[in-house]
Amino acid sequence: MSELWSLFLHAAFVDNMPLTFFLGLCTFIALSRKTGPALGLGIAMTAVLGVTVPLNYLIYTLLLAPGAWAWAGLPDTDLSYLKLIAFIGVIAATVQLLEMVLDRFFPAIYASFGVFLPLLTVQCAILGGSLFMVERKYDLAQSAVFGVGAGFGFAVAVVMLGAIRARLAYADMPQGLRGLGITFIIAGMMSLGFSAFAQMVAS
Amino acid sequence: MPARAGLWNILTEPLIRQNPVTLQILGICSALAVTTSVATALTMSAALTAVLVMSAAVISLIRRHIPDTIRLIVQIVIVASLVIVIDQILQAYLFEISQRLSVFVSLITTNCLVLGRTESFSRHNPPVRSMVDGLGNGLGYSLVLTLIGSLRELFGAGTLLGWQVLPTVDQGGWFTPLNLMLLAPSAFFLLGGLVWAIRTIMPEQTESLEFLPPDDPEDTK
Repeated sequence: MSELWSLFLHAAFVDNMPLTFFLGLCTFIALSRKTGPALGLGIAMTAVLGVTVPLNYLIYTLLLAPGAWAWAGLPDTDLSYLKLIAFIGVIAATVQLLEMVLDRFFPAIYASFGVFLPLLTVQCAILGGSLFMVERKYDLAQSAVFGVGAGFGFAVAVVMLGAIRARLAYADMPQGLRGLGITFIIAGMMSLGFSAFAQMVAS
Repeated sequence: MPARAGLWNILTEPLIRQNPVTLQILGICSALAVTTSVATALTMSAALTAVLVMSAAVISLIRRHIPDTIRLIVQIVIVASLVIVIDQILQAYLFEISQRLSVFVSLITTNCLVLGRTESFSRHNPPVRSMVDGLGNGLGYSLVLTLIGSLRELFGAGTLLGWQVLPTVDQGGWFTPLNLMLLAPSAFFLLGGLVWAIRTIMPEQTESLEFLPPDDPEDTK
């Protein structure tokens, strides 16, 4: 149990998706001008990552991994090169499904972040989560925890950046630094701060 | 003649003026992650440019046959297939670098730059123009990557492409490597500084960009 908890902390803070691995930066920057949309994006990310990573784990181990077809008499078949297309397909389908379910049963939540859901299909962080799961050889429980943790870390980071940027809208900055430039520099400082968490979960 | 000038413009516009990374905010995910050394930055640039040009060609060839409703899926599948090919080639011939790039070659699939260009340009333009546009954007991306990669490698390890340029203290020289340059935050700082520099030289890029009142409903893209 404590192992999973430390994996969660690790995924959320030490291996923070946008700030340490630069994953999902496009939406991270584009949707963080204020906290409202940033929170919606964070929740959507957590939900999608938490579902797709374990799902992709099942698909990878049952269908694509080397030797997965041994029971059918094909022990040498290695389909792992197909993982990209399979993962993208799963992610697109999950996002679509989530959208339909939310639209049908939770219209209020759907209205609050319905705009971002389709965007998540082409989010590097989501595909990256599944690829890291393969690369680091997590098992089912670990990949579920990793997915939720990574999504939570993304949410924390994007809400913080949104809050800072909302304040900066009133600041008087040098012309060229305004907007994108200062956002990168803030993200760099946050990344510096997050790297301090590495000591916290070092064990 | 105007046609050629048009092509030339399409090729050179994205280099600095419309640079995909610093102005269009596309493809920064990978731009920052792989720039700890020049070698990885160059490999990544080549891979991305190849995918960009080929996907532009394919998508613009079949642009009249893709139904609008499922075009995103079609585009993603085409891009993913191209990325798989590139990934296999890298693993076959440049194994060491492909290990260092880890998941980032695969992540070209979801690189906003590729989808952004196919979605906004290749879908409406004939193959040659689309390929030139892909090449131009790829080169613009490569330019930024190589620049940041060189800075980080030079100041982080005193080397360029593996050659010792600045003799480090460990080897009896005078240069103390800045370890921060090899860590994540420095990539953000360098890119922020680069954007600042470009926008100071070309003030037309700044124009009230992102300076929106905090409750503007239009700012959710």
